[in-house]
Amino acid sequence: MRRDDHMPQATRRRFLIETAALAGAVGIAVPLAVKPASATPASMRAAIRKVVGEAALNKGKVKIDVPPLIENGNAVPLTISCESPMTADDHVKAMHVFTEKNPQPNVVSVQLGPRSGRATVSTRIRLADSQKIIAIAQMSDGSFWSSEAEVIVTLAACLEGV
Amino acid sequence: MARALINAPAKAKRGEIIEIKTLISHNMETGFRPDNTGKPVPRDIITDFICKYNGQEIFRAELFPAIAANPFLTFFTVATESGTLSFEWTGDNGFTANESVNITVE
Repeated sequence: MRRDDHMPQATRRRFLIETAALAGAVGIAVPLAVKPASATPASMRAAIRKVVGEAALNKGKVKIDVPPLIENGNAVPLTISCESPMTADDHVKAMHVFTEKNPQPNVVSVQLGPRSGRATVSTRIRLADSQKIIAIAQMSDGSFWSSEAEVIVTLAACLEGV
Repeated sequence: MARALINAPAKAKRGEIIEIKTLISHNMETGFRPDNTGKPVPRDIITDFICKYNGQEIFRAELFPAIAANPFLTFFTVATESGTLSFEWTGDNGFTANESVNITVE
């Protein structure tokens, strides 16, 4: 009777210890295995270069409207606008948004034309970290204009597990 | 079929700049989130959005994983003539959705 009692307890204890050890190992291994990739200022510059090409990037004209302090990075309201008469000879052809520290530098690219009437686009984006957002506009004359905004993100967009 | 919402004026004056708001239900899985086994959940996002006014393209957007779930896009166009505004979303895994609204221009 006593022996019967004793044996299961010993195995149970060993089982618990082993389980805990295994859980610990998994707990450490998981974050290492899925360490999210992050864009760097260098990869953002590369992505911008891809859009702009050899052309010069001027500062101004584009406006980024984003809250400076963001509580939830999963849905951040973003409005980009560009001053332009939007006529057939002088309009905004495209606007692009890039981030510095999201896993991927590109956020959104839109194509506009004289029929757009107003070069203003709003959407909701994800931000993985406090970082710099850059918007670039391409004009019909081939010039590129950019502006940037710094944001502070309290809760980062979902890079954690499901 | 994903649910899409369009908010555009039903009536407009000729030459007026109108605002079009679109929203579509889609979870926009980024491809960067791990599942409970530690492997990343495969990417499943809407990649392109096109708006046509009587068959002519007036707005196009290329979306990336950094767009929040249930992509929301607001843009403008000039009301030129009565007709239809059609919207088309395409994405990963053969995702497509279409929606259209009528507009009367006086």
